[in-house]
Amino acid sequence: MEVRTKLRILADAAKYDASCASSGGKRATPTGGLGNATGEGICHSYTPDGRCVSLLKILLTNKCTFDCTYCINRRSSDIERAVFTPAEVVDLTLAMYRRNYIEGLFLSSGVLRDPDYTMELVITVARELRTTHRFGGYIHLKAVAGASAALIAEAGTWCDRLSVNIELPTAADLASLAPEKEVPSIHGSMTTIAEHHADQPRRFAPAGQSTQMIVGATDTTDAAILETATTLYDRFKLRRVYYTAYSPTPRGDARLPVAAPPLGREHRLYEADWLVRHYGFAASELTTPEAPNLDADVDPKLAWALRHRAAFPIDINTADREQLLRIPGLGVRTVDRILATRTQRSIRLADLAALRVPMKRTTPFVITADHNPDAQLIDRLDLRVRVAPPQQLALDFGAARGGQL
Amino acid sequence: MQRADATPDLDAWRGTARVLLAANVAPADVSWAAPGSTGVLFADVALVADPAAPRAHVPARFVELAADGVLHREPGAHALLYRLLWRLAHGEHELLADAVDPDVRALALRVGAVRRDVHKMHAFVRFHAVDDDQYVAWYAPDHHILARGVEHFVARFPAMRWAILTPDRSVAWDGAALVFSPGVPRHAAPSPDELEDLWRTYYASTYNPARTNPKLMRQHMPARFWPQLPESSAIPELLARAAPRVEAMLDPAASVPAARSLPVLAAAARGCTACDLCGPATQTVFGEGPEGAALVLVGEQPGDQEDLAGRPFVGPAGQVLDAALRAVGLPRERIYLTNAVKHFRFEPRGKKRIHQRPTASQIRACKPWVAAELETIRPRVIVCLGATAALSLIGSRFRISAERGRWVTTHWADALMVTHHPAAVLRVDEVDRPRYEAELRADLALAAAKLDGL
Repeated sequence: MEVRTKLRILADAAKYDASCASSGGKRATPTGGLGNATGEGICHSYTPDGRCVSLLKILLTNKCTFDCTYCINRRSSDIERAVFTPAEVVDLTLAMYRRNYIEGLFLSSGVLRDPDYTMELVITVARELRTTHRFGGYIHLKAVAGASAALIAEAGTWCDRLSVNIELPTAADLASLAPEKEVPSIHGSMTTIAEHHADQPRRFAPAGQSTQMIVGATDTTDAAILETATTLYDRFKLRRVYYTAYSPTPRGDARLPVAAPPLGREHRLYEADWLVRHYGFAASELTTPEAPNLDADVDPKLAWALRHRAAFPIDINTADREQLLRIPGLGVRTVDRILATRTQRSIRLADLAALRVPMKRTTPFVITADHNPDAQLIDRLDLRVRVAPPQQLALDFGAARGGQL
Repeated sequence: MQRADATPDLDAWRGTARVLLAANVAPADVSWAAPGSTGVLFADVALVADPAAPRAHVPARFVELAADGVLHREPGAHALLYRLLWRLAHGEHELLADAVDPDVRALALRVGAVRRDVHKMHAFVRFHAVDDDQYVAWYAPDHHILARGVEHFVARFPAMRWAILTPDRSVAWDGAALVFSPGVPRHAAPSPDELEDLWRTYYASTYNPARTNPKLMRQHMPARFWPQLPESSAIPELLARAAPRVEAMLDPAASVPAARSLPVLAAAARGCTACDLCGPATQTVFGEGPEGAALVLVGEQPGDQEDLAGRPFVGPAGQVLDAALRAVGLPRERIYLTNAVKHFRFEPRGKKRIHQRPTASQIRACKPWVAAELETIRPRVIVCLGATAALSLIGSRFRISAERGRWVTTHWADALMVTHHPAAVLRVDEVDRPRYEAELRADLALAAAKLDGL
């Protein structure tokens, strides 16, 4: 089989994994070698779905002995199969890297023969790149489900990021759709990575570990998803949890939803995740027992504010950082600018506009140095309608990142 | 009025600004113009240092911002920086903290634009191999960032020989030093190399048409960058094919006609290609029976004889079914008989065609046809014969061994039940056969009673 055909099949098979980030780890170019990792991550292109292309994201093979229902590469799926040799992956990575197409390689694989056999092949690619070719670019390896701790420990020494996919938000979801994968084994691999990384943060997967959760393949609520994510962040010190809207695959299993991927929901989960990691929110604050799913119409911070009107309006000129971060429409950078500017002048309504604050969303929740008529709106029953963005905006999603909330 | 050169370079600006500030020249009295334009340069006039002029103590952060701000292509950057310098030197030490000050804001916008441009250069430069180990790129940045942006490539590709050509100026790295030279127009760009084809293949394959969002793509990768990106030529076709590809994933049998009449459906189903079974099978075997049937029986798929005859339940399993129907007093001509999958799936073995169970995706592909039949007929009772029909109409949670013979309500009928497929009666051991046959008959008797009762 031609390399080009393999590339077509094995890139297609890998595209359902959302993560393509190349950020988080710095690596200098090895002496006489090729490539580095700048720490900031670079998107070298964008596909027509608006997603970043940063890495050569491929599978070593899409042959798989597992039969996970949600996965296009499952054993029972009648798709075209291909296997790269490690040398082919090495050559492709280097050729594309030299032309500045990519930041590096993201290599995952179906389970060929058995997990350890497959993991060894994946490691071979990374080791060849790092040693024979002195490659300093970004390498993200996916730990093959069920691979031994010793191999995971070796993989971490060659790559920037090592990840294990949790796949589905709950153990019950996993049992129903991925019977060969088990939470304890996934957690076991995550623990191995977390422990080695803690021992040698610069040498072992310096960009840390991440995971992916598929959203919308089962009817699990956002509350349960965010709870799982929080547990993963706390327990395994994950850098990122990626939420991927379940996307119908060609020849999908009849048990799965046949619907467009819930991109709006995915976006809200990223926003909520962002609030927990950077804005001081607890995951449990973002949903309620009555409404365990995030609001589709308004962002989770605005939804929280609408549920906690007694906490508002907040005085822009006196509130502390933590309070400012709770105001709808104010992002971390805007809050920092407000804090700096406040030392020079009293902030007025026009100054917020100058800071490009989304006024409609923000003004009902703040008090400024001058008269802010919108601060009267906080008790109005129709506040939600006034601050909610127009529908079409709410549906215009796709960015797998948190914006200004 | 003093005239000063607006060279897009921090050191040049800094030298000029220092002299102006030392001579106590107010910002309003300086006219910054592109180098080479006519007029008397301040350097031509003896500017005398004014002892009353303030010493410029500027925060390090201002120098950082100025280094990028001065690279902005639109006129006014130099004047803006000098105005800020003047204000910083004249008592406004904390000026930069005031994010809403118009000058501070204007600088922040320019710095942001320049830094984004540098980032885009790091991302969108595409090297082409021109000969052994020599790589050349042509790139058109928005601002004067070549010298600023090139350091990234030196750090990343120290052992490679490469050059980046831009309309303003060009730069080459020989493995040891950078050499700048004049700019070159777009037509001097290097020709494509053999890897671009592979890159386009990758780009097309890594894209998921179900998530199409061209607006977001353009926001991150504006069309002005496309000419230098080899993958951009694939975009129009990818977008054009996205909708049909998604439709095929979401609804493999989008070809089901809206008209709800059995003859129209049967005719349309003859041309169905929603799954790969249409190739090897002889023909589509559609359902058969009266449109007003109160009872619908749904089987698995046509067998060898059904495939040849083009009618459901005419082979050995059909005979078992006929016998069972007679036994419980259900006349076949008043029942609508159909299958979850309308094409025969088999494996050729010598001259024989061996029955194979349809896959989940084949069942899903055919589901719209079964659904259309049921919506047209609106029966009172549906009996699924076997697990395949149950999977199609109920879903995977159903377990035939545990739930056979029990009534459930569905979207299509108030009463639906699953029982054995008549072929199962033929397939099981001699020992089990009487039990299977009795169960099949008992369940059909329940259906007959249900019809009478409803």
